[in-house]
Amino acid sequence: MPTLFDKIWQKHVVTQVENGPDVLFIDRHFIHEVTSPQAFDGLRKRGLPVSRPDLTIATADHNVPTINQHLPISETLSRKQVEMLTTNCEEFGVELYGLGHPFQGIVHVIGPELGITLPGVTIVCGDSHTSTHGAFGSIAFGIGTSEVEHVLATQTLLQAKPKQMRIHVDGELGEGVTSKDIILYILSRISASGATGYFVEYCGSAIRRLSMEARMTICNMSIEMGARGGLIAPDEITFNYLKDKTFTPKGEAWKQALNEWQELYSDRGASFDKELYFRAEDIEPMITYGTNPGMGIKITEAVPSSTKIEENSRENFLKSLKYMGLDENQSMEGTDVNFVFIGSCTNARIEDLRAVAKLIDGKTKAENVTAYIIPGSRQVRDQAESEGLDKVFIQAGFELREPGCSACLGMNEDKIPKGEYCVSTSNRNFEGRQGPGARTILASPLTAAATALTGKLTDVRTYLAQTHASI
Amino acid sequence: MQAFKTLTSTAVPLPVDDIDTDQIIPARFLKATSRDGFGDNLFRDWRFDSTDSLIVDFPLNNPVFEGQILVTGSNFGCGSSREHAAWAIGDYGFRVVISSFFADIFKNNALNNGILPVQLEDEAVRELLHAIQQNPNLKLTVDLENQVVTRDDTSQKFSFEINPYKKLCLLNGFDDLDYLLSKQSVTSTYAENMPDWRILKR
Ligand code: SF4
Repeated sequence: MPTLFDKIWQKHVVTQVENGPDVLFIDRHFIHEVTSPQAFDGLRKRGLPVSRPDLTIATADHNVPTINQHLPISETLSRKQVEMLTTNCEEFGVELYGLGHPFQGIVHVIGPELGITLPGVTIVCGDSHTSTHGAFGSIAFGIGTSEVEHVLATQTLLQAKPKQMRIHVDGELGEGVTSKDIILYILSRISASGATGYFVEYCGSAIRRLSMEARMTICNMSIEMGARGGLIAPDEITFNYLKDKTFTPKGEAWKQALNEWQELYSDRGASFDKELYFRAEDIEPMITYGTNPGMGIKITEAVPSSTKIEENSRENFLKSLKYMGLDENQSMEGTDVNFVFIGSCTNARIEDLRAVAKLIDGKTKAENVTAYIIPGSRQVRDQAESEGLDKVFIQAGFELREPGCSACLGMNEDKIPKGEYCVSTSNRNFEGRQGPGARTILASPLTAAATALTGKLTDVRTYLAQTHASI
Repeated sequence: MQAFKTLTSTAVPLPVDDIDTDQIIPARFLKATSRDGFGDNLFRDWRFDSTDSLIVDFPLNNPVFEGQILVTGSNFGCGSSREHAAWAIGDYGFRVVISSFFADIFKNNALNNGILPVQLEDEAVRELLHAIQQNPNLKLTVDLENQVVTRDDTSQKFSFEINPYKKLCLLNGFDDLDYLLSKQSVTSTYAENMPDWRILKR
């Protein structure tokens, strides 16, 4: 009995290598300024064109400023890199959603909101969080630059079929608990390498109830447990989200698509290499204490004791705590936090901004806090403005900037200073990820917003109870 | 791509687990648009402090350790898919990385750049790390044809697995693109038969 993954994979095999990988057809190839220049160079050296410019979608996101995007980029290397993307796209006939374009934004935010991402397709990008698109029931994964070149040149990729895992999350989430907490919780249980070599399907009643945007947050962080990607079977929520988006199929093609999409689920009796089960009721607002996303705890829990850590990992554990300026057994709730970053392809879609706005409406951030809101795309920003969310943010003292990856990876000027804690809605708390020496605490947008209001790492449920606010 | 057959070299020990590609090459050094020169910033924030002075106790800065083989902890290369990590490792001079396991994307990226990721049992990696720390002159021979790593002091052998197709490519210096280009007519036929809804129309 085939799994959802098997069904999509099978439809995309162009041919097989004897004793080797499959040649997969790629339906959507997203490119951006950082991982594409060397690939275009490779094409030039071989004198090859881009095989399917119509299936190649380009945007500038990783290395762009989040203020004054209408001005030339001041930092020389960044400017050159972004200009190089423009030149390459012009030379090879690829349409670019660059700075100033109404569709510009983080690749994994614009694909879904434009209806480019669909169920039953294959999607790749030179970026590990391509896994995000799996929320629609597609096979989506990150690739390296050599592979970007392969796809540009041939619209195909050589891939060995990965092992498959299924993760069930059943039950109902409590108030203040979000899909970000689900994925941080799973990570804390299975570790940052718990799914290496697997593709993960998420299922169960708690997943079914989630909106598309919340599902994307989960699939986005599949890579954080080592998985190549994650996916969720499409359903009415998926189809309703996609209907009438800018580039979704229309008319006859839409009907044809819906027919095929109805078949996209793992058959009863489909076998997985591994299955894991979680209960939504066990999940609380989560935070990370260490330097990989698997090092997470419930906000009400203390940092683990080193005696609880396997001997082989103990040294790494202690090194992490030292970097984070934390002690074992310490509670983190109430820790002073000076930076809050609400952004990234994990949590910078319109629903995230709405949730933050609702919580902070009419309140003001704590004086010590610098709170950035970086919308995931130009469309998200425009939408936020049309709903008046920008006013809520400004009144609360949050800084609403222009779209891009920003402090999620600290490639542009948006960096967190050395030694400072930053509660971040992004996906990676690696050493130096948000700037050299920066200390990242991953959390949901609600936890980040509550923390910005109090200036201390805050359990949003306590905040709600004390202030009688609602979410 | 540069072919890889066999290599005998001393090795550099880096006993840290879960080394992510942000450590291998931090994002702020990803602005270059060619593949060269990334070696200078390999493990940048572990090799240099904030005033750009060498951190002397970091193994890569310790003159007793050198060689073309990096022996490291488990889950090497997790995180971002940046191929710059593989370029940095190659540009610095490593041809082989030994670990008890590699993140998937990094493994592909390494193989696509003629760098051999050798996956050994956790115990074996620990043993090698210890042996190199005790004797930095210890040489290892990595033989891809026979899929085996040999210690020159004890002649102890450790065998490793590799995908047969990837092995063939590496031994001969072939890359995937040559193969994919040779299949272009099959791909065109495939594309012509795709259902209409799958084709992006803008
Ligand atoms: S927002 Fe962060 S994780 Fe997402 S694509 Fe950009 S840099 Fe990568």
